[in-house]
Amino acid sequence: MSNASRRAAASCRAATVVVIGAGQAGLAMSHYLQARSIDHVVLERGEIAHSWRNERWDSLRLLTPNWQCRLPGVRYAGPDPEGFMTMPEVADFICRYAERLTAPMLTGTTVTSVHPVEGGYHVMTDGGAWRCRAVVIASGACSRPLIPALARDLPATVATLSAREYRRPSQLPEGGVLVVGASATGLQLADEIQRSGRPVTLAVGEHVRMPRRYRGRDIHRWLDTLGILDQRHDEVDDIVRARQVPSPQLIGSPEHRTLDLNTLTDRGVALVGRLVGRRDRTLQFSGSLANHCASADLKLGRLLETIDDWCRRHGLDESCPAPERLAPTRVPRSPKLSLDLGRGEIRTIVWATGFKPDHAWLHVPVFDPRGRLRHDGGIVDAPGLYVMGLPFMRRRKSSFIHGVDDDARELSAHLADYLANRKGRPGMSRSGIARLHSRGSLCL
Amino acid sequence: MHTQTLQIDNGVNVNALLGARQALAQAPEAARFTWRATSRWVNGTHSQATVEGYHGLGDEQRHKQRFHFDTDHPEVFASEDHGATPVEYVLVGLAGCLSAGIAAVAQHRGIQLRAVNATLEGSMDIQGILGMDSEIRNGFDDVRVTFEIDAEASREEIEALVAQSQKRSAVYDILTNPTNVSVTVK
Repeated sequence: MSNASRRAAASCRAATVVVIGAGQAGLAMSHYLQARSIDHVVLERGEIAHSWRNERWDSLRLLTPNWQCRLPGVRYAGPDPEGFMTMPEVADFICRYAERLTAPMLTGTTVTSVHPVEGGYHVMTDGGAWRCRAVVIASGACSRPLIPALARDLPATVATLSAREYRRPSQLPEGGVLVVGASATGLQLADEIQRSGRPVTLAVGEHVRMPRRYRGRDIHRWLDTLGILDQRHDEVDDIVRARQVPSPQLIGSPEHRTLDLNTLTDRGVALVGRLVGRRDRTLQFSGSLANHCASADLKLGRLLETIDDWCRRHGLDESCPAPERLAPTRVPRSPKLSLDLGRGEIRTIVWATGFKPDHAWLHVPVFDPRGRLRHDGGIVDAPGLYVMGLPFMRRRKSSFIHGVDDDARELSAHLADYLANRKGRPGMSRSGIARLHSRGSLCL
Repeated sequence: MHTQTLQIDNGVNVNALLGARQALAQAPEAARFTWRATSRWVNGTHSQATVEGYHGLGDEQRHKQRFHFDTDHPEVFASEDHGATPVEYVLVGLAGCLSAGIAAVAQHRGIQLRAVNATLEGSMDIQGILGMDSEIRNGFDDVRVTFEIDAEASREEIEALVAQSQKRSAVYDILTNPTNVSVTVK
């Protein structure tokens, strides 16, 4: 521990609001708190835009076009609105945004615990403690890779890594690679690993198929125009399900190319069903590949139909390029149902099986039986506690860069109300704290 | 819910199913079901199975009546053919499961069904069960289901019904995904 952090640890500093995380979500919240003159501090375990800079693979570009990259008060003003930012460009965009904000930003400060205390929360970090009335969790949706339990005790001859650790194909041993998962991540990794000369098998479960461009516009332009990204959490039939939908199979590339399972089949990638089990050295895949592909094709058909409808209703049928339908996904006649890892044909497994947020430091009883944060559109089930940036948290776009603006504006308003209504009151009751408080040392 | 739901009737009580979903969210232990069958060998390849009781909703339950099923093999296997082969029962189970799913999903989506006919085929190489080639599996190497559906819906809507019924089908899951099976002797 440095001298500075030792000194800091000795005392307990105070802020009205502590924002945890200096990515787009935390910074957007800081913008609105600043606009409302609410005193706050932003705590960041690494540097600003840390995960964008450090936890993504080299070739990744944003899935959303540049024109869509906006944060409260800032729009993309560069020369290529239809292009896609590389990760260093995204990180620079966010860092430049941070320079506009006035709140103290403590980088290199990891939050180790948050406990409820009378009138607010106690936030412990590796650089000292904070007392605050409200906490905004903006530490990201992708902190921990979700890796299936069957990944334990795989043969030592097979290297395994998650999409978060993956950087480039040359990092992998020569030989076959099994990529598990068919979201944007799984498809992009399968594509570049196959091109590196390592034969790829791709395990495909439920997925969302989308062309990069349709009728002369980027698909994200259409999703934006149709209001699909603005759909609210309280407007959909089954929000739990909606939050679990994998990211659409898209890639941001200078060529604006479409990446789908047919592209991968053309390149020689072998498609198999969802990875569902393991017996000793043998991995087992589901026989449901055909239905997963048929479902995704049907869903894509409905999306394109909606776009065509919109064009008709807005008199753009003539001026837009003609409607088209993508070729159905080609499914192998009998996809492999098992794969013996002992045969040496697969040298690496890459888990592109999704992520979950890491809230292990949050000692407030706000989790459902499955460990998910209980919240209503970002308003967590404990007074003065908020979350930002989770998938479909408040709107379908909540986990996108441009999605944090509306969420931060609304949640900051709720937070301001909360602070105002509590003024002059004795603070949270003792029994309330007893109910919320789990354990740990407090500074009061 | 669609207002259409009130006008169409596939004989499925969707509200009861949705109500069950809500109730079980509060009491997940009631969602644990155990299905049972007993079987008595008759002679040769002929056995008779019985289905009556099961466990679910936190209690013992009972069908309205006891159901009997004869399983046997056909004469080409030098058997007496007292009933369908066990693998044919698997196809019967899949057909029943997917069709029930189609009716439920159609009801929920406000689609009136007029006819739902399925043809099922499961193929296997019996060199597997005869122990002639260890590379050949015993069971089906391919199962094909063809639906002919007459409904007040577009082709895409019908295809979506069929896709969704697979997603929610127990027997489809049992056939497509591995299951732990333990067989013991009392």
